[in-house]
Amino acid sequence: MSVELPVAFLGAFGDAFEFIFNQSESPLGGTEVGGLQQVGELTWDHIKVSAAALAAGLAVALPLGLYLGHRGRGELFAVAAGNAGRAIPELVLIALMVAFIGTGFLNVTIALAILAVPPVLTNTFVGVSQVDRTAVEAARGMGMSERQIALRVELPLAAPTIMTGVRTGAVNVVATATIAPLGGVLTLGDFILSPNVYGDAGVLAGAILVALLAVAVELGLAGVQWLVTPTGLKLQRASAETA
Amino acid sequence: MSFEKALPGGQAWFRALRRSPSPWLRGLFALVAALVLAVGVAACGDDDDDDGGDDTGGDESALIESNPDNEAVELTIGSKNFDEQFILGEIYAQALEAAGYSVNTELNLGSEVIAKRALEEGEVDAYPEYTSTTLTSLYEVAPEDVPGDATAAYEMANAELQTDGLTAFPPTPFTSANAVGLLTETADELGVETISDLEGVSQDLTLYGTTECRQRIDCLLGLEANYGLEFKGFRPVDPELRYEVLDNGDADLSILFTTDGQLYTDPGTYAILEDDQQLLPAGNVIVTASQEAVDEAGEDFGATIEKVQENLTLEVMQELNARVSLDREDPADVAADYLKASGYIQ
Amino acid sequence: MTGLALPIAQLDESFFRDRSESDCIRDDGAFCLQWVIDNFGDRYVTPTLEHIVLVVVSVVLGFAIAFGMALLSHRRSWLVPPFIGATGVLYTIPSVAFFFLLLPITGRGTDTAIIALTAYNLQIIYRNIVAGLANVPPDSKDAGRGMGMTEQQLLWKVELPLAVPEIVAGLRIATVSTVAIATLAVFAGGGGLGQEIIAGSAITFKTGIVVAGSLAILMAITFDVLLLLAQRRLGRWQAVRPVDSPGRGARFGERFRRRPAWTGR
Repeated sequence: MSVELPVAFLGAFGDAFEFIFNQSESPLGGTEVGGLQQVGELTWDHIKVSAAALAAGLAVALPLGLYLGHRGRGELFAVAAGNAGRAIPELVLIALMVAFIGTGFLNVTIALAILAVPPVLTNTFVGVSQVDRTAVEAARGMGMSERQIALRVELPLAAPTIMTGVRTGAVNVVATATIAPLGGVLTLGDFILSPNVYGDAGVLAGAILVALLAVAVELGLAGVQWLVTPTGLKLQRASAETA
Repeated sequence: MSFEKALPGGQAWFRALRRSPSPWLRGLFALVAALVLAVGVAACGDDDDDDGGDDTGGDESALIESNPDNEAVELTIGSKNFDEQFILGEIYAQALEAAGYSVNTELNLGSEVIAKRALEEGEVDAYPEYTSTTLTSLYEVAPEDVPGDATAAYEMANAELQTDGLTAFPPTPFTSANAVGLLTETADELGVETISDLEGVSQDLTLYGTTECRQRIDCLLGLEANYGLEFKGFRPVDPELRYEVLDNGDADLSILFTTDGQLYTDPGTYAILEDDQQLLPAGNVIVTASQEAVDEAGEDFGATIEKVQENLTLEVMQELNARVSLDREDPADVAADYLKASGYIQ
Repeated sequence: MTGLALPIAQLDESFFRDRSESDCIRDDGAFCLQWVIDNFGDRYVTPTLEHIVLVVVSVVLGFAIAFGMALLSHRRSWLVPPFIGATGVLYTIPSVAFFFLLLPITGRGTDTAIIALTAYNLQIIYRNIVAGLANVPPDSKDAGRGMGMTEQQLLWKVELPLAVPEIVAGLRIATVSTVAIATLAVFAGGGGLGQEIIAGSAITFKTGIVVAGSLAILMAITFDVLLLLAQRRLGRWQAVRPVDSPGRGARFGERFRRRPAWTGR
């Protein structure tokens, strides 16, 4: 068995790649599935719902985290929100949304946004409240208003930490969008969840594509994080980094 | 007879109880004693068979006899992944168990492609399939070529299955088919009774179905090609949500199944359009098994299967489905109730 | 005897239930207490136990592997970035995708689920072990060396014990995350509470989803609290660590200093 296994495994992956690039007949017969166009469409749908959810999550979590972090209040809430977010099973969230409210793009987006909020909220709070106080005092001394301090001093300095949270939130959302078809929104997850239509090759192709997309999002946002880190902090970190 | 002496070890127990120093400990002892007693009473209680009100009315031949020769045979009964399949799988599994076989279940295999493969690879020995699905999905027969007569369809399916080393048993009384369904009030408003009546109005209606409906000639493809209907939109959803989408107004039309419990419990709420052009093939259930399993299991295998499915008429299947989908009972319990009420098991 | 023979009339009218009256379950109430009481034992006990097994096995395995990696990279800090990177990739791959990537190799079943869940845990646990070891005060290490300890002894007698609170903190995060992700194990054929959420018509069953979801969250909280108590207990003998971040940030300095602020999902 141990000799056959690798060969079968390679064969399966070969079929999956074949599925991604070329159209083939559905196991059900009747129509064609697979191919770059369909893959592209579903990838785009996947990105659409993920982006909408992430944007919604950021719209809620960033201002809230910024406000609380600036004031130094609500630490318990912000950290607890982070812990609670980890404990929410994504399947339960989607199922509750579908059972109680309904299917559709809007409902699924809301469910995904709920998953994006906790990491962004916690990291924004922690990042902002950890900003070097001397910088804040200096800004206050220069006569900046609280709002300006928050936006022009604390936010940029907290940006790296915030971006870590955004990365986590984004990957959460992209991962959960895989089961969005349960809620009526077809994403790359449909390849995985409708094996009848797409066949084994399709299922594996879907898994590969989802994994690649998640890694791409993570790396992309890591790049954004690098861009967004003020140069001074980059130098500071390089010298302080031990772990 | 004194209570203390009746319980095993009772004397020692009560001595400990009376002598224990703290009220907390005494409470604990008493609680444990009560629990042991409760379990004992419950265990005794199970031995008395509850006499069901619906005894077999004297037809002794209905009862399945356990054949000791069957004990050596291990059977794994599978099923696909929706309620009706869970019920059927349990019915057959429990019946075969009553016939003396050692039965395991592997329900929730997945779609028919996965189920057939599990059968071929020996992961399961048998599972309930539909004649229509066997022909159209597994053997690529066009839906219009599926015979309307149950026996003819069965024989055609069986012939195909034999080529793969599988075999099927004769069909159940009930058939199941896809149906185009909607809320009764919508049907009244639009004045539609058959699918053809949708011509002219379907452009304003949204249809909800499974993801695979888009690829199937006995679903969206056929509605568009054979009936010439155009819809405002088609939304793919999980088939389990087929009534939810009608209830919450998302769907104007939804693909339903004729054996659904909801159609039977709420006949005033939901309506099915008549398939006047015979697009949607109906399928009886045929238990499909591997030839090896059939050979190994002997006569009782087929005999038991054919016996317990006799009472599965459309109304009965709808009632059983309603018990799982609406009353939220466990499919195993529902199957057991069916078998008992029919007198197949006690 | 064909299956089309007229059924023997053994199922009379009484078999068909009267459903005219309204009923919490039939009306799909959000939480039908009576049903839950009647059915909890049959429906939810096995999935909950399966779920617990999935979580415990995955976290223990993940810890074993991460610990081994940490030992390897302890004196070879050049190994840390590639280890973090590799475990990071495993963490980023969505679990459902992971299950189906493993399918051709390990098939459907609990094993596949456990492998994926374990892989998911690795980064969090590994990072925390490494961070814990890195945060050991140099004074303690010097003291140990002064007493004539070898590097090996130093690791096992000084560094690891001092790193325990941080390691347990990582285990807490890993466990809570795993409880949530394990609901997806049903897609891999691994059982767990996810079964009661999507098998058959379960996704339309409000009460069922509420119960299964609540059980998952309760399980996560329970594990979290148990590990928190363990963390406190194991760290009790430690002296308070000196705080070295200036100003208002000092309040958070001890907890967040040189530790990833969010080692989230």
